[in-house]
Formats: sequence, C-alpha cells, structure tokens
Amino acid sequence: MQWQHICTREDLVAGSGVAALINGEQVALFYLPDQSPPLYAIGNHDPIGGANVLSRGIVGDVNGELVVASPLYKQHFSLLTGACLEQDHVSVPVWEVKLDGDKVLLRPLPAALNRTGT
Amino acid sequence: MTDDNTVLPTSGNLVIIGNGMVGHHLVKTLVEQGDASPWTIHVFAGENRPAYDRVHLSALFDDQTPEDLCLSPAQWYRDNRVTLHLNDEVVEIDRDHKTVITAGGVRQDYDALVLATGSYPFVPPIPGHDHENCLVYRTVDDLDAIKRCAGNAKRGVVVGGGLLGLEAANALRLLGLETHVVEFAPQLMPVQLDETGGALLRKEVEALGVHIHTGMKTELIDAGEQHTLRMNFEGQAPLETDMIVFSAGIRPQDSLGRQSSLELGERGGIVVDNQCRTSDPAIFAIGECALWNNQIFGLVAPGYTMARTVAAVLNNQAGDFTGADMSTKLKLMGVDVGSVGDAQARTAGARCYRFQDEVAGVYRKLVVSEDQKYVLGAMLVGDCDAYDTLLQYMLNGIPLPDNPASLILPAGDAAPALGADALPDGATICSCHNVSKGAINDALDGGCCSLGDIKDATKASTGCGGCAALLKSVVDAGLEARGVEVNNHLCEHFEYSRQELYHLILVGGLKSFREVRDTHGKGLGCDICKPAVASILASIHNDYILEPEHVGLQDTNDVFLANMQKDGTYSVVPRVPAGEITPEKLMTLGRVASKYDLYTKITGGQRIDLFGARLEQLPLIWEELIDAGFETGHAYGKSVRTVKSCVGSTWCRYGVQDSVGMAIFLEHRYKGLRSPHKLKFAVSGCTRECAEAQSKDIGVIATENGWNLYVCGNGGMRPRHADLFATDLSDQQLVQLVDRVLMFYVRTADRLQRTSVWLENLEGGLDYLRQVVIDDTLGIAAELEAQMEVVRERYQCEWRTTIDDPQKLKRFRSFVNAETPDQDIRFVRERGQPRPATEEERSDLIETVSV
Ligand code: SRM
Ligand SMILES: Cc1cc2nc3c(=O)[nH]c(=O)nc-3n(C[C@H](O)[C@H](O)[C@H](O)COP(=O)(O)OP(=O)(O)OC[C@H]3O[C@@H](n4cnc5c(N)ncnc54)[C@H](O)[C@@H]3O)c2cc1C
Ligand code: SF4
Ligand code: FES
Repeated sequence: MQWQHICTREDLVAGSGVAALINGEQVALFYLPDQSPPLYAIGNHDPIGGANVLSRGIVGDVNGELVVASPLYKQHFSLLTGACLEQDHVSVPVWEVKLDGDKVLLRPLPAALNRTGT
Repeated sequence: MTDDNTVLPTSGNLVIIGNGMVGHHLVKTLVEQGDASPWTIHVFAGENRPAYDRVHLSALFDDQTPEDLCLSPAQWYRDNRVTLHLNDEVVEIDRDHKTVITAGGVRQDYDALVLATGSYPFVPPIPGHDHENCLVYRTVDDLDAIKRCAGNAKRGVVVGGGLLGLEAANALRLLGLETHVVEFAPQLMPVQLDETGGALLRKEVEALGVHIHTGMKTELIDAGEQHTLRMNFEGQAPLETDMIVFSAGIRPQDSLGRQSSLELGERGGIVVDNQCRTSDPAIFAIGECALWNNQIFGLVAPGYTMARTVAAVLNNQAGDFTGADMSTKLKLMGVDVGSVGDAQARTAGARCYRFQDEVAGVYRKLVVSEDQKYVLGAMLVGDCDAYDTLLQYMLNGIPLPDNPASLILPAGDAAPALGADALPDGATICSCHNVSKGAINDALDGGCCSLGDIKDATKASTGCGGCAALLKSVVDAGLEARGVEVNNHLCEHFEYSRQELYHLILVGGLKSFREVRDTHGKGLGCDICKPAVASILASIHNDYILEPEHVGLQDTNDVFLANMQKDGTYSVVPRVPAGEITPEKLMTLGRVASKYDLYTKITGGQRIDLFGARLEQLPLIWEELIDAGFETGHAYGKSVRTVKSCVGSTWCRYGVQDSVGMAIFLEHRYKGLRSPHKLKFAVSGCTRECAEAQSKDIGVIATENGWNLYVCGNGGMRPRHADLFATDLSDQQLVQLVDRVLMFYVRTADRLQRTSVWLENLEGGLDYLRQVVIDDTLGIAAELEAQMEVVRERYQCEWRTTIDDPQKLKRFRSFVNAETPDQDIRFVRERGQPRPATEEERSDLIETVSV
C-alpha cells in the first residue's frame, strides 16, 4: 500500500489527538513529540461507546504502554496495537504513520498485523 | 414458673415486642445469619415507624429528618419476610397459651418471645405534671410535640440536669427559647461527674445563655401570669415558663412482665440471666427493659450485646451476657464530657489524680487502684482527647506508666497516646458492635484492605461512631504491619495524594504538567493524573486552559469547552446567572437553537441546554451567543456551575432579602473557579427555601438580619443536607467565609471529591472547618482569600478567548483533511425536536440512504 499524505505537522496538536479521513475511514492521529516514534494512528471509532471519538481522548501510559482513554466511558486503547486494555477481544484498527519533513504520511497496516482485520 | 426442664423450641414463631434500637438489632442479627433461619419472625412496634436511631434523636433539631435516622425501612422487613406490625402495642401476654394480644386485636402465637420494650421517661408525680405543655424527650413524636409547643413559647424549662436533660435543653435553645434547667441535685450530671466537673460544665453551659438552677425541688406546677405555667419550688422563688420538658431519668418498660407475672426487680426491670432469659424459659428480655445482676443498662451498646446473645441462643449456639462497660463520651452543647469506668472513685482504696485548667475550661480526673497499678476510671470535661487511651487502659488492665499523672497532664510533657500496637488482641475497639482488635486483624487477614472494607466486614464504627479515631489507627497500624502501604497515591505516575501534590505545586510555583511530572512524577501521565494536575494548576493560576501546555491534560469536555454526549456530539450551556434572563436573550437562545437544529431543554440548574452540536459547529454557535452577551456556563468543567435562586424579596411576599441579586453576585464572583469536583450554589429569599439551598455545596438563606450560610450539601447519588455554618452574616462576611471555605476545599480535597464527602472525611468535621475558616486557627485565612482573589482576577470567558484565536479554532475541525461532518451522527425527530438515532433506527436510516 502507498503512503498517503494526510496533513502537515501544524495540523497536529502536541500531547493530544486529531481526527482524519482516509478512504472514507476515520483515523485518530496522536502526536507525542517526546516519544519515539512521535506519531500514532488508530481507528477513531470507539467500539464500546459506539461513536467516533477516540481522537478526543486523553493520552498517557498505563504500566508503560502508550494508550488513549476513550472520552465516553474511559476504556484504554493501546496506541501501538489498538487493543482495549479493559476488555479482551475488543480492539480498534491501527495504521502506520510517519513524518516526512513536515508532512504526515499514513498507510494501512497489512491486514495480517491488524487485530481487527479491518 | 412453669416446668423448669422445658427446653426452648428451636424453631417456629418468634415474637419480638418492641421495635426500638435493640429489638431491631435482634431482627437484623437473625436475618444476617442467613436464609436457613428456623424462625418465622413477628415484630410488634408501639411506635408508628420502624426502628430509628434514638441515640441521634437530637439531630432532628439539626436538619435531619426521621427518615435519615431510620435504621431499616419497612421494605427491608418485607424483603426479609419479617412481619412488622407498626403502631400496635402488645397489651397482654397469655403464657398458658403462648399467645400475645395487641391493642389492635391481633393475636399471635409464639414459640419464643422476646421483650424489647425499652424504657420510658420518668415524670415525677408533681401536681400539674399532666398539663399539655409538659412534655418528654424520648421519641420522634415527642420531638414533634416539643417543636409544636415551642412555636408558641418564649421560655422553656427542662427538669433534670443529666445527660439527656442537657440534650433537651440544647434543643430548646436551638428552637430559640430562653432555656432553663432545673436539677434536684446540687450539680449537673450527678451520675457521671463530681462537683468540680459539674461546676465546670455549668460554667460552659451558662456561657451559652442557658440558665441553670441546681438543688431545686419542684413541688407544684400551676398557671402562670407572664407565661403559661408557674413552677413552685421547695424554699425557692417560683419560675414561670411556657413549657416543661421532663428528663428526670428513665424507668424500664416492664408492664407486660408485671401483667404476665414474670419475675421483676424490686425497683422494676424484668429479671434475666446470662442468656437474657426471664423467669419463663420461653421468654427473653433485652435492652433497657431487662434487669441483669440488678442493673439496668441505659446505653445502646449493652443492649446490642444482649440482642446478639439472644440471637445465638435462639440458634442453639452459646451466648453469654456478662455485663457491660458503661463508659461514655459525648459532646454537650459544645462541651466534651467523658466518663470512664469508676469515675466517681467508689472502689475501696481508689486514689485520684486531678488536673484542672480554669482558663481553658478543662478538667481531668484519673482514678487508679489502691496499688496504683491500674486505671479504674476517669472523668473528662472540656477535652476528651485522652478518652480512648484511658478507656483502653481500664478495659484491658494495662499497667500504668511510671508517672500515672502524665496520662492526664497537658500534651507536651504527657505520655504519648496508647498506640494501636500497645493494645492486646482482646481489646474492644467498637463497643456498639463488639468488635475487638483481634477481629479487625482477622478481617485484614481475610482480605480487607481499607477502613471502608473493615467497616463493611465488621460493622465497627457504624453505631454511635465514638470509636472512629481509634478504629482508624488500629486499621492503619494493621495494614502497615502487613506491609500494605497505606496508599493514597493519585495514580501510578504520582506517589502523592491530591492534597500533597497541590502543596508541592503551590510551594514550587510549578506552572505546567511537564514541570510537575518532571519534579514529582514519572512516566507520561494518564487520564487520572492529567486532569487532576490540570485542575490544580487552574485553581492556583487560573490560566487559559487551552494553552498548548495544558490542552492535552484536559478531559474532552474541557478541551472542547462543551459536554460530550453519547453519540460524540456536544451540548452548549451558556451561563444564565441565577436563572434570571431577559426576553431578548431568551429569544437569542431560541433563534440559535433553531438555526442549528439543537435539542433544547431547561436544566435542573435553572438554565438552558442546547444538545446535538457537532464539533465543528461549536465555535459558530458560541460566536453568536457571545455576540448576544452570553458567556460560557462551565457545564463541562469541574468548576462552579450554577447559583440557583428563588425570586426573593423583589417579588415574593415572603422574601426578606434580594436572593436573585445575591445569587447573581455570587455566580459572577466565583464563576471560572476550578476545583476538585463541581460546585453548586443556591440562594433562597427566606426560610421557605424555594431554591433548595440546603442541597448545595454552598447554600445561602436570607434572614431578617442578613444571610445564613450552609455548606457541603449534595444532591446526586448520595444526597446530603448542608450543615449550617454561620448565621446572620452581612454580605461582606458571607463572601469572606465562602472564599475561605471554597479555597480550603480546593486545597485539601481528594480528586473528584464533592464538598459533602470532603467534609465527612475531614478529621474534626464541621467544628474543625469552623475553626480553620472562622477562627483562623491555622493562620491561613488571609492566604485563602488572596488566592481566591488571584483566581477571580484571572477570570476569562474561555469561549471568548477561543473564538478570538484562529489557531485554537483549528481544534474544532471535524477532520484535519476534510471539511465534511462526521457522517455517522444521525438524528431522528421526537416531539418536534432532534435526538440521536437508536441502533435500530440508525441501520434503517443507513439502508434508505444507500439505496
Ligand atoms: C443538563 C442536566 C440535567 C437536566 O437536563 O436538567 C445535567 C446533566 C448532566 N449531569 Fe447532572 N445535570 C444537571 C443538573 C444536576 C443536578 C441538579 C442541580 O444542579 O440542581 C444534580 C444534583 C445536584 C448535585 O450535583 O449535588 C446533578 C447531579 C449530577 C451528578 C451526581 C453528582 C454527585 O455528587 O453525586 C453527575 C455525575 C458526576 O458529576 O460525577 C452529573 C453529571 C451530569 C453530566 C455531566 C453527565 C455527563 O458526564 O455527561 C450530564 C451532562 C450535561 C450536559 O451534557 O450538558 N450530574 N446534575 C443539568 C444541568 C444543570 C446545569 O444547568 O448546569
Ligand atoms: C435523646 C437520647 C439520647 C441518647 N443518647 C445515647 C448515647 O449517646 N449513647 C447511648 O448508648 N445511648 C443513648 N441513649 C439511650 C439509647 O437510645 C437506648 O439505650 C436505646 O434506645 C435502648 O434501646 P431499646 O430497644 O432497649 O429501647 P427503645 O429504643 O426505647 O425501644 C423500645 C421500643 O419498644 C416499644 N414498646 C414498648 N412497649 C411496647 C409494647 N407493649 N408493644 C409494642 N411495642 C412496645 C416502644 O414504643 C419503643 O419503640 C439516648 C436516648 C435518648 C432518648
Ligand atoms: S424562598 Fe421565600 S422569598 Fe424565595 S420564593 Fe420562596 S417564599 Fe419567596
Ligand atoms: S463504639 Fe459505637 S460505633 Fe463503635
């Protein structure tokens, strides 16, 4: 799959998330300048709350794992794997994302590596 | 007596007469033993309500309702298949047929019978004692009668200067009567105190404006001239009064025992043995009607022990009542009074140590054994700090320290309080529920890991509450001994409580989460510590919360300055101070709501909520609202919400102050204050209290002379009546106290702790809060006010700041790379307004769209 140019660095919010649309799918993009890598992309749809809100959650770490907490009912989703920490078998898709200069590039992770298979 | 060999049946009908505290405790103990109980329980209650907490009866004069005092509601009896006959006294026990008969004509057979009929107030047979304005102080109905009578009275007299008499006197005082106490003995509380203690107590009580007359024998009550009644005394001038409350002691309610020829004591009381069995083996007596070893126990804890004894015996288990300790500790009109064991030094050879401080109003007496090895008793007036320690010395026979006097000398050179470690396992920690230190340790071993767990598991400290401090120290010590850190850390990133972190941030002058984390925390932070630190920073500095260094810390509601709804849309709540709104503004709200098709609802906080705004619509909506003069209502923040008001003196015929004006003033003064949890206020224009101020964190009720301030009320999940904090305040005094209370709360509360829970957990409670806020005992009042001033100065309407900043507005795009709204948000119409589509409606909608 091709890398797609989504937006630029200044569209991002340091320490937090924004939403983007890629091929009709909603992605939550998180920018953590302190971390390496600094960018993370997971599905924006919260499968538990049933609304497109994960980009609006608080990011942090739980036992060292980078996570976002859903703003609806506060479950944590791993920024690396998309897995929900509170509920087995619940997860959201993950994208590969990188910075090229100031450009933010995104591409779907190969289906085999994505827990949800979407 | 019938056949001595009769063995008690172990199943069948169990009839309990009396549903007071002790009778109820028996039912509760039996019910909690499980479903398998072989007994069908029938309870006959003389009063017209299920058992209530008589010990805290006086709380009815302090904003509590009878429902607050209820021990278990009628439904609980039904749920547990216990038949409860309210308001139906048993008038006869037919022992031959094993039947009881009630005034209402109910006949009930029993296999076992328990008398828990308590006691009744003794009214000396003075001629005139039956006047309708002569009352007693024992039941909820009695207190109602007192309130009614006091409505038309100016002066009230309590006959009896004992413990209950002084409680009754305080009630009369709170009802606004000129209050007198008439005591036959030469001093107050002759049972518990000696002359010195009584004199000290008298001084303190008189300082509150209560008139004390000791050594007075009432001879006759007849009609008065200035007041309804006149009391005539032997050899003394008469005293006129409008009402009299008799509190001259209690007598066991043993009339059924007498009627059915059970063995009674010489001076009354139904004689029982160590199993609480009366002279009829099928009949038991417990509580204040029972006479054991020639003693009546006028306290609830021994009654509970009797109840548990009978529960055991009925279930064929061993049970033994072997007497009880009568030590007591209480607060009478603000004066601490404690009496431990043989406080009157009646034991042969007893020796006393005494300490008296006339300046501070403190008296302590220590009674030790002849060999000076053990504590026999103690008497404390004015300060009960030593009570727990002395009680434990006495109960557990702990040998006295080398210098026994150190136990009652003022702190400084005093012996340290007896640590939890020094207590033997058998030491009783909670006498109401008979919980020993050993039982607490067992519960800790069984998996309890907090004070709350222990209370649930053992019931310790859920009775009179007198053991709370001791219990906490035993639990903390127990946890520590088990290597459990007594942990109040915020989360895995900060090894501090919110209160500690607050101080570190304040003292260190820290301004951002990053600084706080780098100096005091670890890791990245999380959805617990980030909003908590954001809130602390806001309380101290009140910066704009969407500054780049703060934005990632906020809950989504704060980030987008609106409350997220279940479908990811937001609500918009502009401030409508005190609920007052011009027709023009009302029309603006209507116009904006209609333009953006928002669901519109009047809230419980006297303002208007517009629901269903998409992220990208928020700035557009707010721009229009701000243009029309609205500002943010902070419905999204842990911050000041609304100040509700009633219409007040400007319109209402009863109003005594301008409640709307005050509410608007308060709302503007405190808007924008961020705090551990949300804050709600209300102001009522008179005591009819139409604004429901007593359910708010800060409640203000107008009086003829100013304002009464109530604090720490709560609606919500666990409603709590606010406490009256100060009365008849001027506007200035009011805001000064509110400034201090709020800032002290902001400083010391836990994260997400409402003021109600905060106060309940504050050591020293309301008194302590008063000391800090009114008397400034910590010397921080000026600091608290100054800090409130900083917060107020830095107030800004966050929506206005946001609208004015194009960079900030970028945050409100639906997508960084597309202008389209979120297609998954779908509404249907109901009652003429939009609402989120349900799951099924949604799939229908999508199908119709895609075909
Ligand atoms: C809109 C409103 C209901 C209504 O239609 O009337 C409301 C709505 C919400 N309340 Fe409330 N409460 C509203 C008045 C109340 C009241 C009544 C009052 O203030 O007089 C109470 C009880 C009083 C009290 O707080 O002591 C109340 C007790 C709660 C509680 C329980 C708090 C507690 O201490 O137990 C919560 C949950 C919480 O805060 O943790 C809550 C939480 C909420 C939240 C924020 C739940 C959420 O997270 O989504 C609701 C969203 C509001 C929104 O989207 O705008 N709401 N809520 C009321 C808004 C008032 C306003 O103008 O700001
Ligand atoms: C104002 C006040 C403050 C107190 N403070 C304290 C304190 O701080 N600490 C403490 O330990 N104790 C205190 N007490 C005492 C405590 O309340 C009593 O020890 C306790 O209530 C005794 O419980 P009981 O069930 O034996 O009697 P009660 O609570 O008196 O209950 C007896 C019940 O039996 C009913 N009854 C009587 N006869 C019949 C009948 N024939 N048929 C049906 N029902 C009948 C009565 O109506 C009554 O409801 C206080 C008491 C009062 C009044
Ligand atoms: S509280 Fe008093 S002033 Fe206010 S509306 Fe009610 S009756 Fe009128
Ligand atoms: S001693 Fe009364 S609750 Fe513990």
